[in-house]
Amino acid sequence: MIEATGLTKRLGGRAVVSDVSFRCEPGTVTGFLGPNGAGKTTTMRMLVGLSAPDAGAATVLERPYRQLENPGRRVGVLLDAGAQHPGRRGREALTVSAQTMGAGSERVDELLDLVGLDRGAARKRVRQYSLGMRQRLGLAQALLGDPQVLILDEPANGLDPEGIRWMRGLLRGFADRGGTVLLSSHLLAEVEAVADRLLIIGNGRIVADGAREELLAGAGVLVRATDPAALTAALTAAGLAFTEVDGGGYVVDAAAEAVGAAALAGGVVLTHLGPSEGAGLEQLFFDLTEAPA
Amino acid sequence: MTTPSFPRLTAVELRKMVDTRAGFWLQLTVAALTLAIVVLVCLFGDTSDLELRSMFALAILPASILLPIVGILLVSSEWSQRTALITFTLVPRRMRVMGAKLAAGLTLGVIILAIALVVAVVAVLASGGEWTMSAAVFGQTSLLCLTAMITGIAFGAAFLSSAPAIVLSFVLPIGWSALGSIPFLNDAADWLDTTRTTEHMTDRALDGTEWAQWATSIAVWMLLPLAIGLWRIARGEIRAS
Repeated sequence: MIEATGLTKRLGGRAVVSDVSFRCEPGTVTGFLGPNGAGKTTTMRMLVGLSAPDAGAATVLERPYRQLENPGRRVGVLLDAGAQHPGRRGREALTVSAQTMGAGSERVDELLDLVGLDRGAARKRVRQYSLGMRQRLGLAQALLGDPQVLILDEPANGLDPEGIRWMRGLLRGFADRGGTVLLSSHLLAEVEAVADRLLIIGNGRIVADGAREELLAGAGVLVRATDPAALTAALTAAGLAFTEVDGGGYVVDAAAEAVGAAALAGGVVLTHLGPSEGAGLEQLFFDLTEAPA
Repeated sequence: MTTPSFPRLTAVELRKMVDTRAGFWLQLTVAALTLAIVVLVCLFGDTSDLELRSMFALAILPASILLPIVGILLVSSEWSQRTALITFTLVPRRMRVMGAKLAAGLTLGVIILAIALVVAVVAVLASGGEWTMSAAVFGQTSLLCLTAMITGIAFGAAFLSSAPAIVLSFVLPIGWSALGSIPFLNDAADWLDTTRTTEHMTDRALDGTEWAQWATSIAVWMLLPLAIGLWRIARGEIRAS
């Protein structure tokens, strides 16, 4: 369980995170989406007590993170896979964490196996690791204390497609056993396959928050026509609200039948009419990315 | 599920001093130089050096120069290598971590003192030297070694960055030696230049004024940066550079 209430952070006079509230329930994976610089990392840093919010508060497992006793045994955190001493061997990096939280050395070997770092890789210094290997080491470090909550910032970064699929399976299994997962990404495609809930942030504010199906399906229908100008005129005439999406289509917040009737009335030839399947969400995402920072 | 105990955190910090490539070689260098300097003096030194007091002072010399670097890196590398993100999410009570770092620094200092003493005793045995060393000088030499370590930790904490902390910890004493040669700063240097205030710590018992001068210089160069550093760490954002 993770709960944020009105989290706000100002850095250099600018609000990096404004009034961010959300809840992550046990048994769910929440995808925390937003373009780079939208405030995902700052929000996560406030969740784990590395950064103090200017307003609002956050709890993890119903307590402020900094009041958790031995948080390593309850919350797995991966904020930056690059945040490892390059001169330390992979296995040693895990051992230091295990010793801090009081986990045994057999746990280190278990986790190295789980994330697919073999003996050879574990003996290497982190300096020689690829980004993908660092992510695996970071996930091992997050899972080391057998936590109930995972907070992961861009964990798929640098993983190959096989690695991303493996990580999805890992997180799904973790949530299915009753764990709470919050993972961030700047790519919708990366998290939509595993997340139950989506939390979208843009310019420091939450712009969408809901179940994945709801957000992906609830955005009306996607329609395309041979003559876009005639289509928009017909939609306007029928009093239907629409938004243009990349690729020359329009998402209309209405049933397919109403859009078909409008097209018939306007004498427009449709080339596509169907559920938007997240086209609206994707568009929202593109708009956020393009918005001047 | 209980909070990690202080001895456990101290053991972790001791481990961090030697488990990186840089840390490992730094410790090995201290050990090698300690042995080399003592062996060389035994073979080629004046007979006046062949006494326990000067052997002990010599054996501790490489450590007292390199220990501040160990102390600096113990703190600053958490920031420059960004491991602070992990350290302070595992132990969110930041002053516990800093307390463990200070305790680990003192522990390493005591271990090095013990090794230096053994080396000095062996050297005196081997060279048939004199068994002279007063308790005061032994205590002062130990204090010199331990404060060097803590000064390093203080500089590391005040700057949270390895390069400026290391450079300044070497440049400041040299700078004071230069400033101290200016007549009107000469008196101030007696109280603030650590090269002067520690000059006689390894050869004779200090008198009252000398203790006051030493304590003043330590307050300025060890306690002040330590206070600044702890304040920065307690209050600040823990960020990956």
